[in-house]
Amino acid sequence: MNIHEYQGKDILRESGVSVPNGHVAYTVDEAVEAANKLNSDVSVVKAQIHAGGRGKAGGVKIAKNSDEVRTYANEILGKNLVTHQTGPEGKEVKRLLIEEGSDIKNEFYVGLVLDRATSRVVMMASEEGGTEIEEVAAETPEKIFKEVIDPVVGLSGYQARRLAFNINIPDELIGKAAKFMIGLYNVFVEKDCSIAEINPLVTTGDGEVMALDAKLNFDDNALFRHKDIVELRDLEEEDEKEIEASKYDLSYVALDGNIGCMVNGAGLAMSTMDIIKHYGGEPANFLDVGGGATTEKVTEAFKIILSDSNVKGIFVNIFGGIMKCDVIAEGVVEATKQVGLDIPLVVRLEGTNVELGKQILDESGLNITSAGSMADGAEKIVSAVK
Amino acid sequence: MSVYVNKDTKVIVQGITGGTAKFHTKQMLEYGTKVVGGVTPKKGGTEVEGVPVYNTVQDAVDATGANASVVYVPAPAAADAILEAVDAELDLVICITEHIPVMDMVKVKRAMEGKKTRLVGPNCPGVITADECKIGIMPGYIHKKGHIGVVSRSGTLTYEAVHQLSEAGYGQTTAVGIGGDPVNGTDFIDALQAFNDDPETEAVVMIGEIGGTAEEEAAEWVKANMNKPVVGFIGGATAPPGKRMGHAGAIISGGKGTAEEKIRTMNDAGIKTAATPSDIGETMIDVLKENGLQEKCKTH
Repeated sequence: MNIHEYQGKDILRESGVSVPNGHVAYTVDEAVEAANKLNSDVSVVKAQIHAGGRGKAGGVKIAKNSDEVRTYANEILGKNLVTHQTGPEGKEVKRLLIEEGSDIKNEFYVGLVLDRATSRVVMMASEEGGTEIEEVAAETPEKIFKEVIDPVVGLSGYQARRLAFNINIPDELIGKAAKFMIGLYNVFVEKDCSIAEINPLVTTGDGEVMALDAKLNFDDNALFRHKDIVELRDLEEEDEKEIEASKYDLSYVALDGNIGCMVNGAGLAMSTMDIIKHYGGEPANFLDVGGGATTEKVTEAFKIILSDSNVKGIFVNIFGGIMKCDVIAEGVVEATKQVGLDIPLVVRLEGTNVELGKQILDESGLNITSAGSMADGAEKIVSAVK
Repeated sequence: MSVYVNKDTKVIVQGITGGTAKFHTKQMLEYGTKVVGGVTPKKGGTEVEGVPVYNTVQDAVDATGANASVVYVPAPAAADAILEAVDAELDLVICITEHIPVMDMVKVKRAMEGKKTRLVGPNCPGVITADECKIGIMPGYIHKKGHIGVVSRSGTLTYEAVHQLSEAGYGQTTAVGIGGDPVNGTDFIDALQAFNDDPETEAVVMIGEIGGTAEEEAAEWVKANMNKPVVGFIGGATAPPGKRMGHAGAIISGGKGTAEEKIRTMNDAGIKTAATPSDIGETMIDVLKENGLQEKCKTH
């Protein structure tokens, strides 16, 4: 799950990790009020959307007085920001962060991610702040320093200091930088983050080390123990069909094609997209109904697929293990009863209770093309939508 | 011979009183797996499908002599269940549970360092040695006894591969589902090594997917160490970057973990890859022919 920059900074501030003062604003008046409350020489007006690259797209402005805050807030609120992470359609700005200006001396990068090779959390740091870490990794990998963190002891002081020295934080600020890093790691673990990225981390003229930007993502699987984080979810930043799917614990990703897919198992669901493409078609979605799906969940899954107006045909590809074929079949029948079906449907069933599943479909009287294999099914649906 | 599980494996089911666990306990028993006990706290003394239930893993082990467990415990408590099995010094714990928080697994991996227990999973279909022992959720009937080893990050793609091999007359030794999570127990290299050492296994299918670099590392290992042919498949060639494709571990991030890169590294290591999941069986048969193993591996 993603949250906004201002929400991430609130979490850091509460945990004693240094960030500039700032307030969220939903309207121009709120923005001016927030700037007045800050009482700083300059304030920064920052667009809040779930995507990076906001500065380059004109979503970050420095205001020298409240008139300028009003002008910039007016300009940015409601604006459709197109960055390299939003896709060409962009994202409308509905919230602003009004923050006190900082006297920036130097910019750095600090990030935490899971390192799959060691099964541990790794802190990465670089003196190339403000640049995307992927870019640094590609062009000057020697400028990225890493510390692998033992979950029992956490990020040790010596590890944090080593990182700080390696990225050339001035000697007098090493202590503050190390404290920042350890605080960030503690937030990462306590809140079950999947990514914590501070880019840039800055040193200031008045001798502070603080997060000028903050990107925190959370492990969806751990949200059950973080009700406070769940409340920060901004549904307007998410795809409607993906929200609907998440209500039913369905794993759904919207794509651009016209063949709707309903599959069990993530690997098979991905490969179903691949094989549709292999036969010249375009998948409209990734959809894994999961192992413990009920007839109700399958029905909802089917409805979500049909709610996408691009969908011109549906391919159901099931190899039942934990998922029983009869449950899928009942869901398909139930969904078509509820919402109707006037586009081609190809179903391939195999695995647990396969005969029962086929029988349910046969007796339903629905116009279903059955497929003997995955390849057969993919070929049939691709030719049906052409 | 086989890998990890065989006719002598004695299994306990952790979380046996849950609906999914009950269903699969019955299926495992019908397959012939020696399910000797179950564990659900506070349900000790009851029975599920004729199998005695205990309050703790240690009680179950003491009473039954079990050497393996399978975990169906819901995600919030699953890491604890794995640790309980490790504490009871079982040889093998297979975790089926999906959606375990990553930080829980980071701690579990750390706690398992230096311990004798092998973990398979989490978020996996389990392990099956055809006609001997099925531990997990895979449909048993598609598996036939033979000489092909299967290791996979995806449950349903394992079924796909096994089904094709069995239909074509090529049985399997063992199918190992290592699971779709970013932090797991047994990895590709562990399973490949086990198949390399298993005299019954003549060739191996490895099925990977986007995300991480486990396939690339496995390919390097195969190039340096494997003396049996390996056939591969990678799912997710058309997945958009930055999106998690169902499995917690299936995400292309920072340009890493693409199917293209994995396929290239595998091909460089001499692993022939199938173009689509429907071609895994055919690709294996071609490779068996090239290696003069077709006769030996044709089992039925």
